[in-house]
Amino acid sequence: MNALVAPVSAFGSLWRSAPVSAKVGIVIVFLWIFIGLFAGVIAPYGETEVVGSVWQEWSAETMLGTDQLGRDLLTRIIYGARNTIFIALLTTVLSFFIGITSGFMAAALGGWTDQLLSRIVDILLSIPILIFSLMLLSVLGTSVPVLIIVLAMLDSTRVFRLARSVSMDIVVMDYVEVARLRGEKLWWIMRREILPNAVAPLIAEFGLRFCFVFLLISALSFLGLGLQPPTADWGSMVRENAGAISFGILTPLIPALAIASLTIGVNLVVDWMLHKTSGLRDEV
Amino acid sequence: MVGQRLLFGAITLLAVSIIIASSVELLPGDVATAILGQAATPETVAALRKQLGLDLPFYQRYGEWLWNFLQGDMGISLTNERPVAPQVGERFANTLLLAALAAAVAVPLSLALGILAAIYRGGWFDKLISSSTLIAISTPEFLVGYIVIAIFAVELGWFPPLATLRHDISFLERIYVMLLPCITLALVVMAHMMRLTRAAIINLLASPYIEMARLKGVGTARLIVYHALPNALSPIITVIVLNLAYLIVGVVVVEVVFVYPGLGQLLVDSVSARNLPVVQASCLIFAGTYVSLNLLADIFSALANPRLRHPR
Amino acid sequence: MFNTSKQSLQQLSDLVVRGKLSRRDFMTRAVALGVSTLAAEHMLTTSALAQTPKVGGLLRVGAPSASTDDTLDPATLDDSFDILSCYGMLRNNLVDIDERSTPVPGLAESWEASSDVATWTFKLRRGVEFHNGKTLTVDDVIDSLNYHRGEESASSAKNLVDQIEEIRADGKDTIVFKLKDGNADFPVVLSSYQLLIFPEGTRGAEFDKGIGTGPYSLQYWEPGVRMEGKRNPNYYREGKPHFDEVHVIGINDVVSRTAALQTGQVDIMSRCDVKTVHLLERNPNVQVFQVTGTKHYTAPMHVDTAPFDDVHVRKAIKYGVDRQAILDTILLGYGVLGNDQPIAPTMRFHNPDIPQTQYDPDRARHHLKQAGLSSLDVNLAAADAAFAGAVDTAVLFQEHASKAGINITVDRVSEDGYWNDIWLVRPWCMCFWAGRPTEDLMFSSAYEAGADWNDTRWANPRFNDLLVAARKELDENKRREMYYEMQQLCHDDGGAVIFTFAADVQAASADLHKPDQVASNWEFDGHKVAERWWWS
Repeated sequence: MNALVAPVSAFGSLWRSAPVSAKVGIVIVFLWIFIGLFAGVIAPYGETEVVGSVWQEWSAETMLGTDQLGRDLLTRIIYGARNTIFIALLTTVLSFFIGITSGFMAAALGGWTDQLLSRIVDILLSIPILIFSLMLLSVLGTSVPVLIIVLAMLDSTRVFRLARSVSMDIVVMDYVEVARLRGEKLWWIMRREILPNAVAPLIAEFGLRFCFVFLLISALSFLGLGLQPPTADWGSMVRENAGAISFGILTPLIPALAIASLTIGVNLVVDWMLHKTSGLRDEV
Repeated sequence: MVGQRLLFGAITLLAVSIIIASSVELLPGDVATAILGQAATPETVAALRKQLGLDLPFYQRYGEWLWNFLQGDMGISLTNERPVAPQVGERFANTLLLAALAAAVAVPLSLALGILAAIYRGGWFDKLISSSTLIAISTPEFLVGYIVIAIFAVELGWFPPLATLRHDISFLERIYVMLLPCITLALVVMAHMMRLTRAAIINLLASPYIEMARLKGVGTARLIVYHALPNALSPIITVIVLNLAYLIVGVVVVEVVFVYPGLGQLLVDSVSARNLPVVQASCLIFAGTYVSLNLLADIFSALANPRLRHPR
Repeated sequence: MFNTSKQSLQQLSDLVVRGKLSRRDFMTRAVALGVSTLAAEHMLTTSALAQTPKVGGLLRVGAPSASTDDTLDPATLDDSFDILSCYGMLRNNLVDIDERSTPVPGLAESWEASSDVATWTFKLRRGVEFHNGKTLTVDDVIDSLNYHRGEESASSAKNLVDQIEEIRADGKDTIVFKLKDGNADFPVVLSSYQLLIFPEGTRGAEFDKGIGTGPYSLQYWEPGVRMEGKRNPNYYREGKPHFDEVHVIGINDVVSRTAALQTGQVDIMSRCDVKTVHLLERNPNVQVFQVTGTKHYTAPMHVDTAPFDDVHVRKAIKYGVDRQAILDTILLGYGVLGNDQPIAPTMRFHNPDIPQTQYDPDRARHHLKQAGLSSLDVNLAAADAAFAGAVDTAVLFQEHASKAGINITVDRVSEDGYWNDIWLVRPWCMCFWAGRPTEDLMFSSAYEAGADWNDTRWANPRFNDLLVAARKELDENKRREMYYEMQQLCHDDGGAVIFTFAADVQAASADLHKPDQVASNWEFDGHKVAERWWWS
């Protein structure tokens, strides 16, 4: 019983303390997650079902019109939420885990570890990410697990740079020095001393990196590589419908807006967390 | 320190060249099948391979290329038998020009907006700037490009939708045709720089010394510009440099949309044609740019943070 | 008052000539404006006179498929950007294909064949000059054609010239071809876009100088970006070409290409996005035109590989696809239905009597049962490298076939390297054929047993016998009968699902004079737009 009540009441107090913007963010994010989880129930049609002709106007049957194959756009957006959030979240979390761990390690240990990690990352970073992922995916195929791993690996190099540069300023601080002299273990120092002090810029970066995953998928689909059809994902949907825009058809804007709304939602929450962790009072 | 970094830079480039050569080798197909495409037959592919020297083993081809490269010879393109250096050089100049133009717009604007947003944190200005940059940042580049074309070229007719150039047009004309891709790129990178500038400054506002200054009665604007900004410079410079690198290295999509003959487009074409000498030269230029920009960033960060100047 | 009405009438009569207003409507309006019938008739004639080609101006072509790897080497031409430059502007063939797909004299003035159609004698046109002032000789011709022949050749036209046993000069202006076997269509082979004539000894990087006998000489060439040509004043065809200058601009992205045409940055483009072309048509400064030629979209099955080795499985799959839905959705009606045989309705010996295979899930199930199956699981490899919309087509196919118990898994593969790693390799994939100008070339490229590009691995003895016999047959009726039967065999037994013959949907500035007959063999009026069109 307690196990259920505790998180609910914790969430309740958190919710009451949140400013309006953060509430909006939370609602948007949870709404999309809910839509994604229950896509099969909510969606009016099947994920790949053709219901009309190409790019139909909005109507009672197809509330957001149809896409470039005559499939219901609303249905595609709903299924897209599931696939997109899943892929983007997993990729970003994986890339942050790799990037932060190695970045802190480089900063805390310094010397050869730092040199080695930094040089490896430099090598990976200095190859254009789009080209590199294009080549890797051409070799390895474009299934979802491969896509997630490749994008996370390449993306983690960016996280590494930021994590290292932020924590470089922290490891020269006195309290880290003190912890070292106390004989604390590396992992403890990274977790208890560096992470709390580096969390703000990292969280800000998380919000942005998250949406870069959609963008990368979208750009890859522009250059001819993308997810396996007929899976719906917002990034590829923008690409598939983009041609309509120069004639004033707004269809491609709808998946783009979905991406934007999720990005805004995530970032509103992130901003709030940034605010809380940086310990700033509300009035400045 | 700089000398050591330069040595590491050279090692990085060597490693990149090995990675690139082996990736292209791993990619299915080779330049012979890419040239012949659907029209390939086993005999013609074999004949073309022989003509291009692709029948030699991998390490031998790489060694030969490296030996020539170290002597300053970038080799001959496998597909059109032109020397690689002038081709790549001209494309790189185009790419640099576009990046410089976009950076000249984006960097000052995003710094100013980021600082303003940090000052008026929580206010309507901050919210407006934050959400509009978020929308800009979450829109795929090609869609931004298409929207810019739809508005400024098709609807209003102010600028041409193509930024395709001859070498011999005048500088002003060049700037004019490049305005739309420049706007697109600026929109794409500004949001990122602006947001991190804002975050870095807000982060610093929590520091004890700022608190102290505030207690001494220093005004908000002065507080941010004189006390917070100098210490926020290190992460801000990192972000600016990453974005500069992006402007040079990552703009292939914008180049395709606006038909701009930059190095990214050449690189994508050469990868799909498996044209290794051109892929190598372009990748090494990108890698070199990246390495030197990073060196610059680290030097500036070190200058900005006194403690880093004297590592233990 | 009279002047304004006369002016507007002049505009109307121009519309008649351009085919935008009917003659009868014009006369009615002319009389309403108070002009006598006779005067109106006169006006129409003057307008028609204005249709005599006007010389001058600059034509800018927005060409797709440009790559920085393009060259002006005839052996490696691959798509519109370099073919239009090389074949459409700079160089010529011995034989030309006219807008009705008939072979007509090019650099060869005339030709004749021996009775077994295995020896062909071509007479070279006299006094033709290359752009560099050199006079065209038989040695140039022989060297140009030999470039594609032999063991060392890496030319994409090697297949075409392999049938030539020997080429020799006979005097100063006669060339004799001895073929390995008779071929009644040999002149058409010589009109292929690769078989261009260049000065003897041109090799390698020399090709990029673009020296030829063509209507335009090369002014500027940057691979994948742009090509500029200036009118060749010494062109051998009287009164041609009409433009002073032609620029070919590479624009690969269709949205950018369309925007360029809408804003007047280019004057003609090909491969319009069929999904937005109806919106483009509303633009008064643009004329949209479509040509259905030999281009077709297929999904070849390897008939020697299970489950496709059973003809009933092949039939089930052919009945399991709704071609009409694919034509409507992927091509938005810009094309005609395919019927699992590659001879287009526009071709000379197209068999119109084969009934169209309709989408029929029950019949598909019936054939599955005949093959001893209740359901079927198959993989279909697809990438848009096969053709624009190939992945979407595969997805639709999957939707259709599922109703017949055929479960297709669409395997989306990389566009990069598609023709090398997927096509001819995977047992079932999406494919595109540009088509060939003659029935014989089409069949012997892709359906003859053992042909390099036989993408279905089909080997039908009756078909192969007919193919060899028809090649040498000079009696038109007998030949027709043979080709009809071959098409029937393809349709019934072959391994290719042929969805549609796609139209080339193209658009041009409304001020360009478009000929009444536009060639259907290639886009851009058979790539001869620079020679055949003019500014009205």
